[in-house]
Amino acid sequence: MSTSAQEILGVSRREGRRLMDLWWQRMTEAAQTGHPTAYVFVMAPLSELLLTFDFVINAPEITSLQTAIRGQSQAYIQLAEDYGFSPDICGYVKADVGVQLKQGEHPYGRVPKPALVVTNNVCNTYIKWAEFWEHYYGCPVFTFDLPGWRGRESLREGTEAFRETFENDCRYVLGQLRELIELCERVTGKSFDIDRFREHLREANRMAELYHAVCDTNRHVPAPFNAPLEGVTYQGIANLYRGTPEGTRYFELALEEMRERVRLGMAAVPDERFRLVLVGTACYSHFRRFVELFSSWGGVFVHSTYMVFAGGGFLPGFRYDLRRPLESFAEQMVRATYWGWTGAMFYQQEWLDQVVRDWKVDGICFHGVKSCRTTSTGLPDVREWMRVQRNVPGLFIQSDLVDPRLWSDAQIKNRVDAFFEALAAHKAAAGR
Amino acid sequence: MWGARKVVAGVDVGSTQTKAVILSPEREILGRALVDTGARLNEAARAAFEAALQEAGLSPEDVEYTVGTGYGRFKVEFGDTQVTEISCHARGACFLFPNTRTVLDIGGQDTKAIRVGPGGEVLDFCMNDKCSAGTGRFLGAASAALEIPLGELGPLALTARNPVTITTTCTVFAESEILGWLARGRKVEDILMGVHASIASRSLSLLRRVGIESELTFTGGVARNVAMVHLIREMSGVPVNVSEESHYCGAIGAALFALDHVLLGERAEAAAAAGGQ
Repeated sequence: MSTSAQEILGVSRREGRRLMDLWWQRMTEAAQTGHPTAYVFVMAPLSELLLTFDFVINAPEITSLQTAIRGQSQAYIQLAEDYGFSPDICGYVKADVGVQLKQGEHPYGRVPKPALVVTNNVCNTYIKWAEFWEHYYGCPVFTFDLPGWRGRESLREGTEAFRETFENDCRYVLGQLRELIELCERVTGKSFDIDRFREHLREANRMAELYHAVCDTNRHVPAPFNAPLEGVTYQGIANLYRGTPEGTRYFELALEEMRERVRLGMAAVPDERFRLVLVGTACYSHFRRFVELFSSWGGVFVHSTYMVFAGGGFLPGFRYDLRRPLESFAEQMVRATYWGWTGAMFYQQEWLDQVVRDWKVDGICFHGVKSCRTTSTGLPDVREWMRVQRNVPGLFIQSDLVDPRLWSDAQIKNRVDAFFEALAAHKAAAGR
Repeated sequence: MWGARKVVAGVDVGSTQTKAVILSPEREILGRALVDTGARLNEAARAAFEAALQEAGLSPEDVEYTVGTGYGRFKVEFGDTQVTEISCHARGACFLFPNTRTVLDIGGQDTKAIRVGPGGEVLDFCMNDKCSAGTGRFLGAASAALEIPLGELGPLALTARNPVTITTTCTVFAESEILGWLARGRKVEDILMGVHASIASRSLSLLRRVGIESELTFTGGVARNVAMVHLIREMSGVPVNVSEESHYCGAIGAALFALDHVLLGERAEAAAAAGGQ
């Protein structure tokens, strides 16, 4: 192996860690200095616009996830429940509320108070979550009303009906963007600089291309990365460093590394036997265990829906038109809402069907998240469709995003083991 | 004794009971045993295994290969390998009823709906999520609340004329609901039928998720309950196979997997011998 090959292997993990540390350093400094911080969500992250006003970006879904990875989510969730939140409420919300109740104290640093919250209706919990911050901090909240999927026919591209709906929706979102810009100007005292905005869009275009190229490397057999493991870093960087040269550089390196792994035939899971797609998230309080239950059978996740709907809305073909930055920004938000956020849930089988084909998938794991109706509703329907229409085996398991109390190891292991036993028989019968 | 050819064993360590079966190379059940699982899973596994051997008139040395199954499968420390009870129940059901295409197994804390292929291979399965509502444990709660032995629940429920509707989905809260119906003067059999219907309805939901294809074979301890068999038959609209051996279905499946292993080894040896000639 050449020196350059040795250097590139592991770079995405090392650089990912460095960038996450740097982000926490900026967050902690903002908490100390009072530098304006904007809270946003992974579905509609808006970083390109918010960075134009020099906001530090906080993505609370990511900070909540990290409490679980550090094995501390339960203590934060418990604080939120003691405060009055029901056990049924989203684990991400409660872990964040716990952090806020501890004055931003987090295992990785300190979460600054929000100077601005930008929420939206793609997930109904987002709105209630933002209400908490508004009440707790008295900060301004901007709620995007993003027009989502409303039936296959009205959103069939190339038709007159689609053109009319799309144009109306873009105008509607553009109007809201202008309102948000005014609010950002009031909060920060800075004027909107469209040239800076354009530069962030340029970086995001490049990052989107690279993000897809990285995902595409997993079409290779054996897959060079495991979607829930490395993918969670990719998602983190795609959200927190979206529209920045650092983020673009990160994905250049990640792509270089994955291509090198492909060239060397390095597998994410040694002795890869089964190629899987994960629908939903992993359980981050049992992150390693979750992945190990599959990898111990030679199962690798070659893709996940989370990498799509929480990857910043980078859909295939994503590209801002830099000649009309704001209009184009609105258009991409509408497209991401149609197909990345709402459509991905109502017509998930279409995306899965393509991934099963192109990523050579043997089976699908549907992970129902006990505290998230948004991502869990409809999973049995999609599973049924893939089984009946495409003869693709599906496993349904249930736990949570971050609440360790909802992880039942014996039950989950039993289902996973039985799934692989059946999958092995399925492959043997098919002579593969 | 089977001469040079040895027997195989399947040991199913369930949450409530542990079952063991000894199988001859000709797939004949030579011995079976059932013990309460308790807290010491390895001891329960050993006790069931030895009792089954005793019934067969054999000793541990006669057993060539043992497969453990059930939640405690990794505690069958004398076993050779493990297979989940989902695969084992599918295999066992097809052994008992070769035309089986759908299996319903209601055990102590799990209910499984399994769609199987002609050789007993698992095509799809669904299980109860997270809690024990709709499982044998639910009947256990009713048995405790009403102070009626488990074995008498089914026959008594079948005498119901005006069953109540049990609405709670929590096994623990079901006890309170049962007491509530008693306080309102409802007959025990009507309450019991409500409990059975609640379990059957949840089981049917699982069966519909995998698709009900005839023949449907009902396995697990709850298959011995006549009221439950009656309700599953009525609600599913298809005939329901129940065998005297249903309770041992998982252990039978495990023993069949053990036999596969032995026969595969014999074939490999024969092929090697033939290649050497």
